[in-house]
Amino acid sequence: MIAAKNRVRRGFYADSVALMRIARELESAPGVMRASLMIGTPSNKALLKESGLLTKDGASARPDDLIIAVKGSNAEEGLVLAEQLLTSGTAKTESRDSHATFASALGALTGANLALISVPGEFAAAEARRALEHGLHAMVFSDNVPLAEEVALKDFAAQRGLLMMGPDCGTALIAGVPIAFANAVPRGDIGIVSASGTGLQEVSCLIARDGRGISHGIGVGGRDLSKEVGGRMTLAALDALEADAATQRIIVISKPPAPSVTAKIVARAKRCRKPVTLCLLGAKAGPMIVRTLEAAAGLTGVGSFSKASPVVLKSKNKHNSIRGLFCGGTLCAEAQIVLMEHGLKLSSNAPVPGARGLASHVKGAPHLLLDLGDDEYTRGRPHPMIEPALRNEHLERALRDKSVGVILLDMVIGYGAHADPAGLLVGALKKKNNKVVIASVTGTEGDPQVYSLQVKKLRAAGVIVAASNADAARIAASAMRPGKPSPAPRPRRSRPRSRSR
Amino acid sequence: MASKTPKTAISRSTLLRAAPRVVNVGLRAFATDLAARGIAVAHVDWRPPAAGREASGRVLAWLGRHEARIAKANAEGLRRMLAANPVLVDVQPAGKVMSELVKPVGKHVVLHAGPPIDWRRMCGPMQGAVAGAIVFEGWAPDLASATKLAASGRIEFHPNHRYGAVGPMTGITTRSMPVMVVENRGEGINADNRAYCMINEGLGKVLRFGANDDEVLGRIRWLRDEFGPLLGSALRAAGGLELAPLISRGLAMGDEMHQRNVACSALTLRALAPHFASAARNLDGAETLARSLAFIAGNEQFFLNIGMAMGKAIMDPLSGPHNGIEACSLVTAMCRNGTDFGVRLSGTGDDWFSAPVEMPQGLYFPGYSEKDANPDMGDSAIMETIGLGAFAMASAPAVMGFVGAGRASDALAFTRAMGGITLAKNPRWTIPALDGEGVPAGIDVRKVAASGVQPAINTGIAHRKPGVGQVGAGVARAPLACFDQALLAFAKSLGFKK
Repeated sequence: MIAAKNRVRRGFYADSVALMRIARELESAPGVMRASLMIGTPSNKALLKESGLLTKDGASARPDDLIIAVKGSNAEEGLVLAEQLLTSGTAKTESRDSHATFASALGALTGANLALISVPGEFAAAEARRALEHGLHAMVFSDNVPLAEEVALKDFAAQRGLLMMGPDCGTALIAGVPIAFANAVPRGDIGIVSASGTGLQEVSCLIARDGRGISHGIGVGGRDLSKEVGGRMTLAALDALEADAATQRIIVISKPPAPSVTAKIVARAKRCRKPVTLCLLGAKAGPMIVRTLEAAAGLTGVGSFSKASPVVLKSKNKHNSIRGLFCGGTLCAEAQIVLMEHGLKLSSNAPVPGARGLASHVKGAPHLLLDLGDDEYTRGRPHPMIEPALRNEHLERALRDKSVGVILLDMVIGYGAHADPAGLLVGALKKKNNKVVIASVTGTEGDPQVYSLQVKKLRAAGVIVAASNADAARIAASAMRPGKPSPAPRPRRSRPRSRSR
Repeated sequence: MASKTPKTAISRSTLLRAAPRVVNVGLRAFATDLAARGIAVAHVDWRPPAAGREASGRVLAWLGRHEARIAKANAEGLRRMLAANPVLVDVQPAGKVMSELVKPVGKHVVLHAGPPIDWRRMCGPMQGAVAGAIVFEGWAPDLASATKLAASGRIEFHPNHRYGAVGPMTGITTRSMPVMVVENRGEGINADNRAYCMINEGLGKVLRFGANDDEVLGRIRWLRDEFGPLLGSALRAAGGLELAPLISRGLAMGDEMHQRNVACSALTLRALAPHFASAARNLDGAETLARSLAFIAGNEQFFLNIGMAMGKAIMDPLSGPHNGIEACSLVTAMCRNGTDFGVRLSGTGDDWFSAPVEMPQGLYFPGYSEKDANPDMGDSAIMETIGLGAFAMASAPAVMGFVGAGRASDALAFTRAMGGITLAKNPRWTIPALDGEGVPAGIDVRKVAASGVQPAINTGIAHRKPGVGQVGAGVARAPLACFDQALLAFAKSLGFKK
């Protein structure tokens, strides 16, 4: 019988990501359909209730208790397993090299110069301020930090001559060192300033695989170029890279900023003594402004590094459409831009300018690109970059969907990412299907997962692996050429980009 | 160089030149990845402040913006605390030193321990002590009519703290009672700073535990008429008794000055004995002297009330509407009235933050148990407020017996835990067992709220019925709710809007 069971651990705290990892592990156990481990706050309890996971036991939990919720035919064993995983998890966190307070960590690490902060958003500003006060640069991975706090922190950092990367900054490359969600890229003379983590990853990996290198990659947080924040840290990072001897050219990556901010950034870029490329995804291209990550990486030769063979649609269905399932929001945006440049009409839960919202899917725009890292999919669950299995549910749905002819995927590897996302994806593709699956891998040979090994796994499973995310989108677009549903003679190279303009 | 190049550019290029050395706060995986690449990293096992008390967590996060201002105010608060030079100078009738206790005919004032409370909400022992005090003052002929008078509304009740006084347990203080006077002669401290506490009556059946029969009132009369004046003369003859050095010696001799005052009582007796003798010569001689010395010698807690007046004298220069320091988050008073626990902060003036008082945990005298116990009571938590009592437990392993295991290492753990909620160590009051480390001083409301560590208080346990007296001793905990409220009010005083 399928039942939900709860167990409450009094006075227990663990980071939500750690808890989610345990939940994921539980869900792979036999007899467990759904599992969740959450601290007993009212909002978490509501979430559990919504998903039918809350029982009377769990409802009694207080905000400093942990609720273990398991649903399935063997929920009881799931609970036992959860306890075991929790115990082994806590044992790890009690190792000698961890500190109870910031002060004690600071005392133990001579010359500390950077604080990496990944605590719940409402507490992140206080932690960042503490770090800045102690003269450390701050990188804040946490999101949900109030805008006013972000502005105050960035001003405070500027007064002290410190970098305030974030909030909502998951990626940085400092002096060649990948911090948080980043890849092993060689050092070189290109400096990157990015409001997008995956954007920074894709551009730095493309550059690395092209045999060049990165001096520094400075994340500024997703809202830095909003009207309210006004590009404070982007401008400061431009100053820093301009002054940095190792940097010869600079790339700035962002969604299209607020117009007033764009003007400021363009003016600053023009003044810069080093050449600057502004990659404003979805903005109009112009002098020094490019539209895609691939172009930002200096790889404008269309299709020049795709090794994929011509695309053959496998289904005879005339409603062959593209279904994009993305873990990286910026990669989803770039794919939309490329598909629209090829004249395709599409909708997305995170539409770029010119694309439509989910409501117009099918009717007006048959192609659907989903950003699975968006809040609506990640509420109470880990981000799909950490846990790409989340995507498998959508993948299975797409595989069953008769209107879908092409499935377009991204795959981000590197530090912080899942240990084997290709393996996970291949598992889901095992069943026979009639779809063309096209993917790209954001990563390098130096990454723990190893770029070539991930590519090999995907290819072995019949996935077409493109040389870049933009290239993957172009291959998908090529399969959609009106009137030519099958054997497409590699039209990408010849296809003029201007056609869509 | 600094004048030419903006500071910003220097620091930024510092980070970009050198390899990052990372303090990782939060997700352990980030630290593991960095360490695997050979990057120097120190991981902080972060936990939410005020775990499970989200409102306080948010207030704490907000207060982070005012860190510099608060730190400055706290430094001044600590300076005043640590600069204190408390001297026991005199004994006087309470009404003479606290003119507010003297009212026109037909009106009376009774001071009590803890935060404000009215007659109806007072616990049994406190009502018993009030009735006893009324009879003692002659405002009513017997206890029954005294109780009626107390309930009639013609008695004004105020906390001792309001008028510079403190009192143990019920802490009842009225105009004729003899109070000891401690003057704070510290440098840079309000010269006018005096604090008061009634003379300790001894153990067993006493007014402070709610006992109120003839024997109890007779003893207070003796204190008023014979012992108090003699002690006052002795102190004046001695030119006062400096208390800070006496406490230092007491700590080295195994006192923590709340539960255990054996050493300090003996040191006081030793210091004052010659002056007692000279003062008695001018009175009626040997009989008085013998009775008085025997009274001190027979009461190991004699010093407690002196210590309490000292504590009040130390904290008042940073407390209340006149001396409170804006943006100072130090706790200036903790006290209980047997019903509520109350807390005051330097930065919030005259406000009390109260919550229901908890039951002390401890050991009971033979024949008594938890069933007989009254909830925690008294102004004596002023001792913990200045870093003594449970905060100095490490110096008094003998007291540990009251709180369970009774191992010396447990006593050390107590003091260390309290060190987590205080801002400084008092360099004048050191603990040999902690290699001469000072007692933890200066409770920061933010640290209490963030850590959830409740200040511990060594305390006697009163019988819940008036008149029975002390039935045990143990450790009480200050309720967190007081500190959460205080934290919120403190943040509001700095502009926090809910």
